[in-house]
Amino acid sequence: MNETSKYIQDFAFSSQFWSGWIIVLTLGNILACWWLIRWTAKKRAGEAAEGDTTGHTWDETLAEYNNPLPRWWLWLFYLTMVFGLVYLVLYPGLGSFRGVLGWTHQNAYAKEMQAADAKYGPLFAKYAAKPIPQLTQDPAALRIGQRLFVNYCASCHGSDAGGGPGFPNLRDNDWLYGGTPEAITKTILDGRSGAMPAWGPVLGEQGVNEVAAYVLSLSGRQADPKLVEAGRKHFATYCAACHGADGKGNPAMGAPNLTDNVWLYGGSPGVIRQTITKGRNGRMPAHRDFLGEDKVHLLAAYIYSLSKGNK
Amino acid sequence: MDSQTTYNYKVVRQFTVMTIVWGIVGMLVGVYIAAELAWPQLNMDIPWLTFSRLRPLHTNAVIFAFGGSALFATSYYVVQRTCQTRLFSSGLAAFTFWGWTLIIVLAAVSLPLGITSSKEYAELEWPIDILIAVVWVSYAIVFFGTIMKRKVKHIYVANWFYGAFILTIAVLHIINNLEIPVSLTKSYSIYPGAIDAMVQWWYGHNAVGFFLTAGFLGMMYYFVPKQAGRPVYSYRLSVVHFWALISTYMWAGPHHLHYTALPVWAQSLGMVFSLILLAPSWGGMINGIMTLSGAWHKLRDDPILKFLIVSLSFYGMSTFEGPMMSIKTVNALSHYTDWTIGHVHSGALGWVAMVSIGSVYFLVPKLFGREQMYSIKLIDWHFWMATIGVVLYIVSMWISGIMQGLMWRAVNDDGTLTYSFIETVQAMHPFYIVRFLGGALFLTGMLVMAYNVIKTVSGARPADAPVPQTA
Repeated sequence: MNETSKYIQDFAFSSQFWSGWIIVLTLGNILACWWLIRWTAKKRAGEAAEGDTTGHTWDETLAEYNNPLPRWWLWLFYLTMVFGLVYLVLYPGLGSFRGVLGWTHQNAYAKEMQAADAKYGPLFAKYAAKPIPQLTQDPAALRIGQRLFVNYCASCHGSDAGGGPGFPNLRDNDWLYGGTPEAITKTILDGRSGAMPAWGPVLGEQGVNEVAAYVLSLSGRQADPKLVEAGRKHFATYCAACHGADGKGNPAMGAPNLTDNVWLYGGSPGVIRQTITKGRNGRMPAHRDFLGEDKVHLLAAYIYSLSKGNK
Repeated sequence: MDSQTTYNYKVVRQFTVMTIVWGIVGMLVGVYIAAELAWPQLNMDIPWLTFSRLRPLHTNAVIFAFGGSALFATSYYVVQRTCQTRLFSSGLAAFTFWGWTLIIVLAAVSLPLGITSSKEYAELEWPIDILIAVVWVSYAIVFFGTIMKRKVKHIYVANWFYGAFILTIAVLHIINNLEIPVSLTKSYSIYPGAIDAMVQWWYGHNAVGFFLTAGFLGMMYYFVPKQAGRPVYSYRLSVVHFWALISTYMWAGPHHLHYTALPVWAQSLGMVFSLILLAPSWGGMINGIMTLSGAWHKLRDDPILKFLIVSLSFYGMSTFEGPMMSIKTVNALSHYTDWTIGHVHSGALGWVAMVSIGSVYFLVPKLFGREQMYSIKLIDWHFWMATIGVVLYIVSMWISGIMQGLMWRAVNDDGTLTYSFIETVQAMHPFYIVRFLGGALFLTGMLVMAYNVIKTVSGARPADAPVPQTA
């Protein structure tokens, strides 16, 4: 590549070129509108007088008057153009020119957040200093916690925190990752990923039926004893590592207790078979960066309070 | 009859009849999904009837099937008569009718099936996109071919607007729908991320600007002075507002993407040009309404003129509302709320549908050799149903939208949001019922029109007017 074409390429793909291009097009269009109004508003020799038509006729009856542009309308047009030009001097708009006010989305957002933190931060800091069990006795704290809950948690866990298929019930005192104030806080701050592998390819259809029968028997439900027996062996081999030899689960990895008849994804034989065959991936998002520790503290207190009465 | 001595009214008749048919179909789907929003169980757990699939069917049906047919019908009628020559190529004109009809049928099948490219107002998949491009180019050839062989020296103002609409829609459609097919029913846009969004709303807003504004201004510039029997108010004004409108509209798209990942300079330009657009938009309204000056009494007993003039009032209102909503701080409240839906419908029902309805009432008797419509009284009934329907619709959406926006931003003393999302949905419910009633009333008006048209044309023979032979 010779020097000239390299120079042209560098120039064409640099931001200066495109910035200039935008500036020229923008100002060009506004000024062209300005010129158009001036040009059209001018009286010309030999043209139709006010109240006369232009003299052309279409489709037998169609004609046009040559009335002047309404004055109020002209002023409106000028006003919007002047507003536009002033705005483009003050705010970013003309290519890479940032505007004399130095305003950006980012700094506008940062400023609002700073103001909000300054205003509300002390309130949340006050509650953050108190332990969660104590906050559950404080109606004002719980009210804030509930407000946070309905806005950030209810879309999955329900406005009453009752959960739904795939989303845990937070009121039943049955916890996948533990129900201590510390465990709840950690779940909200850092999120959780529950992964149950797909066992269909390993077990085959018959194997899945056997394991499903055994899982049903764990919570005391009716199942074919022959299948249950066969399933017991598979369970020891494949499932016990996470769910425990007795099927009581393991909060360290979020493996559910299979003996208590609480089902995250549904407990019908069909759904249990589907869960075993295809596996499950549950994900609770992390809120540390989004809400901050102080708000999460209140949120955890509210959630902790929900199941306290069930102990 | 394909001789050069008569105007080609056949294709105009076909599109005029389909304007009414697609209008009823598209608005019926609209009323149904409005009812679904008020009573969600109406989707009956059938995927094809869910809001998500019927909503694009509704928008495509009313914009492209109803509005499109009205534009084809009137532009073909107007361009022939104002150029004093028969439409260029009857064969190609017939192709545009059957091609457009096929496109609409394909849309009506593919959208409920969930086949979509997911771009708003451009949902149709790539094979249909190609068909649209072919039909549209044929339309351009017929239209500009007719302009080329015109028997009068000057090109009438209505044809400038129709011409700008036809050319620009071709460019917008093709550029926005550049996509890579992966199967017969699935493709991916060639543009990445924020660029895709920008191209989409450059298309989306100019679809409003050129399809729903410029095209229908073309309609207005013929049917208003014809029906009023008065010259257009100002030739000068038509020149200014035409060029200003088409040049500034091109920039307005980014106002759909305020406070998004779109670079801020593009958002600013979108807002600035949307504001500058106010005066050029109003130029058309002034020219239309002032055409009636000195003949206001005609409004009293001519319901067709009522349709046309009231459509211009709604046009003026929504082209004022649009620039206001494009201001960033207003947009921060209005965006993603029902206010936008109300704004769109004051344009779509108040302006587009009402100017089309007025024009159809003008056309039907002429196309079928009748003196006038079967019942003028029924036109008047239709007018009041349509007007009250639109008002119910937009007022309920204004209230609901502004309330929604205010509820979203309300905060408590502790800085938490006052309302959860579901509380805003609950608050909107009564307004959804009012909106449904407004839409249903508008649809009923369309049925009255269908009855009136059937009565007018039954027993009538298609009439093709002769082309005057002296220039």
